[in-house]
Amino acid sequence: MKYERETLFLEGELTQKTVNSLLIKFEKLSFDKIDAIDFGKVTKTDSAGIAFIDTLLINNNSPKLVNLNNNIEKSFKTFSSIGIKAMPKSKKDNFFIQTGAQLFDFLLVTKSAIFLVSDIFYWSFVGLFNKKGQRKDSVIHQSLFIGVDALGIIALLSFILGLILALQSAAQLRQFGANIFVADLMAVSMVTEMGPFLTAIIIAGRSGSSIASEIATMKVTEELDALKIMAINPVRYVVVPKFHAMTLCMPLLVIVSALIGIFGGLIIAVTYLDLSAVAYINRIFEVVKFRDTIIGLGKSFFFAWAIVIIGSYYGFNAEGGAEGVGKVTTKAVVSSIFWVIILDAINSMVFYF
Amino acid sequence: MKKPIISVKNLVAKYGENTILENIFIDIFPEEITVILGGSGCGKTTLVKNIIRLYEPFSGKVKIFGKDVTKMDEAEFEDILQNIGMLFQNGALLNSMNVFDNVAIPLEQHTNLPREIIEKIIRVKLKLVNLVNAENLQPSELSGGMKKRAALARAIALDPKILFCDEPSAGLDPVTSASLDELILNLKNLLKMTIIIVTHELSSIHRIADRIIFLDDGKVLFSGTLKEAKSSNISEIKHFFDAGSFD
Repeated sequence: MKYERETLFLEGELTQKTVNSLLIKFEKLSFDKIDAIDFGKVTKTDSAGIAFIDTLLINNNSPKLVNLNNNIEKSFKTFSSIGIKAMPKSKKDNFFIQTGAQLFDFLLVTKSAIFLVSDIFYWSFVGLFNKKGQRKDSVIHQSLFIGVDALGIIALLSFILGLILALQSAAQLRQFGANIFVADLMAVSMVTEMGPFLTAIIIAGRSGSSIASEIATMKVTEELDALKIMAINPVRYVVVPKFHAMTLCMPLLVIVSALIGIFGGLIIAVTYLDLSAVAYINRIFEVVKFRDTIIGLGKSFFFAWAIVIIGSYYGFNAEGGAEGVGKVTTKAVVSSIFWVIILDAINSMVFYF
Repeated sequence: MKKPIISVKNLVAKYGENTILENIFIDIFPEEITVILGGSGCGKTTLVKNIIRLYEPFSGKVKIFGKDVTKMDEAEFEDILQNIGMLFQNGALLNSMNVFDNVAIPLEQHTNLPREIIEKIIRVKLKLVNLVNAENLQPSELSGGMKKRAALARAIALDPKILFCDEPSAGLDPVTSASLDELILNLKNLLKMTIIIVTHELSSIHRIADRIIFLDDGKVLFSGTLKEAKSSNISEIKHFFDAGSFD
């Protein structure tokens, strides 16, 4: 690049590779004005090279372009950005409009959530007596996935939780010679709180995510639309079997979790606290009341329903492609765990406050 | 003149604030293949989805079989839907089921036919779309063309009176595309179906279209027979038939 007689002479390649060095050279040139840019010795150009020329044209009162060969002229016509206007960025709404829009969105979300919840409960009730609109054996398949497949992880974690609870309390109880009360602690905590809670958290992570991602994928691949066009209600066909399976499996899993947790406590009671297995088991039966069992099992139904409803809600509201599915799955799991904790807190307030 | 089987009057469709379709008036006539044409984003698929209420129209009337479906409750509309089939752009087969079970869905849900008869119907429909050997395959094991044919078998499982096809030839090689067109023509002739197709494929249009509806920027630019469309003076239509596909 050189500057002579108010003309800028370019040479060699005018491409992505050379634009940076050309810009540096251009800044070092001293000149008053550029009347023309000479392309006589330019061998090659691309869109980056033309963008460089556009910058020169805009900053130097549009000098003449001279000695352009056919190829460079075509490239210029194709790649020049002169005349293309940037779209104005949308103005940010003021505080009141933003707040109003958020409130309106919240009302819409609440409305659609209420409709979905009522739809799920209505069709789940109808579905008990009329299997039309459901896939054959779908409740069995869902029960196998939600219940049987989760049994291993729930049993293992409940056993470990039982060991931890018993071991930590045993250290304290020993100091007061109150070893036998480890059975009280294990029974009450596993039946009323830890069993249902641990099971719900695992199921929220495992089945809640699966429900949300399955329905979300069906939404983005138009499978839900295909069901609607076949006059099949997606809630009835997709959600109801999951609702029934979850309602059936959750209490059973809670029972398994509580029993295995108590068994974990037994191992500690026998090996660390020198209690006999018979004394531990007898104490368990003395301590566990019918009311506690009903409370523990009762709340597991609410946990189950919350997980299905939240997973379905986020699934039905998925937008976009794979990214949308990922987003709603994460939201569904976080939201399910949040609501499990809130429902647990409400349950504790109602029955124990 | 035949009475229209679908009649759209003053339809307006919106996504949020954006108006996608403006004052659409169209008639679709029975036992004809109507092709909906237009550039990308002009509202073709939105029009179809508004007709079958996958999207609720903002305003206007859609009459199917002479009844205004925009005013119907869900139960009433489900009766109408049982006479309608739809082939989605990507097939929309249920991924958790194999091809056979996918085609079985409408038959199991809407008929009380014995299993033996249902199985026979499914196999006939799979034979029609040349997928007899694929009945046990999962959708993930099918090629793009096979997915569309399987979805078509599902769409015609109940021998609907009206069939909607959203870009049936998109992404298919010319031979598969031509065989799909032939199948659509057969369905029209054998089962007296009314078929509405959204497509860009000029070769397909020449092969199968009886009537053309041309959309531009959310408005109907032209509605008439293929012959009328070819001799139209409207520049966009002339450009389309001269230049070929939009995309």
